[in-house]
Amino acid sequence: MKLAKGGGTLDRVVFDMTPMIDCCFQLIIFFMLTLKIFTPEGDFNIKMPLAAPSEGVPEPDQLPPIKVRLRAAGNGAIDVIQLGDRSLGKNFLALRNQVRDMVGDSAGPGASSAEVELDCDYDLRYQYVIEAISAVSGYIKDGQIQKLVEKIKFSPPRRPQ
Amino acid sequence: MAKFSKFPPASAEGDMTPMIDVTFQLVIFFMLTLNFSQDEQNEMIRLPTSQLAKPAVAPAEKPITLQLTKKATVLIGGDEVQLANVRTPLLREKQAIQKQSGNYRNATIIIRADRDVKTGKVQELIKHCQETGFEKYVLRAKSETGA
Repeated sequence: MKLAKGGGTLDRVVFDMTPMIDCCFQLIIFFMLTLKIFTPEGDFNIKMPLAAPSEGVPEPDQLPPIKVRLRAAGNGAIDVIQLGDRSLGKNFLALRNQVRDMVGDSAGPGASSAEVELDCDYDLRYQYVIEAISAVSGYIKDGQIQKLVEKIKFSPPRRPQ
Repeated sequence: MAKFSKFPPASAEGDMTPMIDVTFQLVIFFMLTLNFSQDEQNEMIRLPTSQLAKPAVAPAEKPITLQLTKKATVLIGGDEVQLANVRTPLLREKQAIQKQSGNYRNATIIIRADRDVKTGKVQELIKHCQETGFEKYVLRAKSETGA
């Protein structure tokens, strides 16, 4: 194989980078303008069968649902939380603690087969319903969600006041 | 009199490689963070917040998203309808699912309701869905950060 002997030098090939850089900047500007930062969202499952509870045959080992009543004040804010006949004021933390005592999460997270039935005033703001659902669904311990009650349903809607 | 150098001027070309590298990194970052699911999210709806609301591990099966605004209208498939008239678009969705896969009972109704809407309106919406034949519901909430 012959190799070129001295004398000849390789010309430096220079590409024009300008169009590529222009395109890249255009892309960056497009993505920056279309960027929207959204907070992550999560879901709560709700059990709402088609048949009314009285029409179905209850399972023999099924406990009656824990009834949580949410009463609204005139402006739609929470007025009173009732667990059965017990009034808990406006304290969702107390609701969580009561449910925790009732379902006994010492058996392990998710071990409970209990069911919660939410009976809410028509005018109650939805935020409070989610707070109640959060309170009975579980709690966070060491960064992990410890589940309490997974079966949640609504009572039939009340008439508007 | 100004002095001129005898030698030709040295090339003033900067090295573009680092800048191009950074530019590509930025393009890739923005491409990866582009959120395609934002069509479902509407700025009219201010979701309630919850500490326990964490993004689902698996996507919902045959999801139908219903967005209930503060003034009790429902956003479904790009249309805004009154709550009382929501059954017509729901039936349309039901038929579309039946055509695609036959069984609409596994469809999940995702309810994105405004945090200030009356609870009775949410229950009415669920009732309309029940009467249309849907059974699975999820209530969507915004993750409470820093809690």
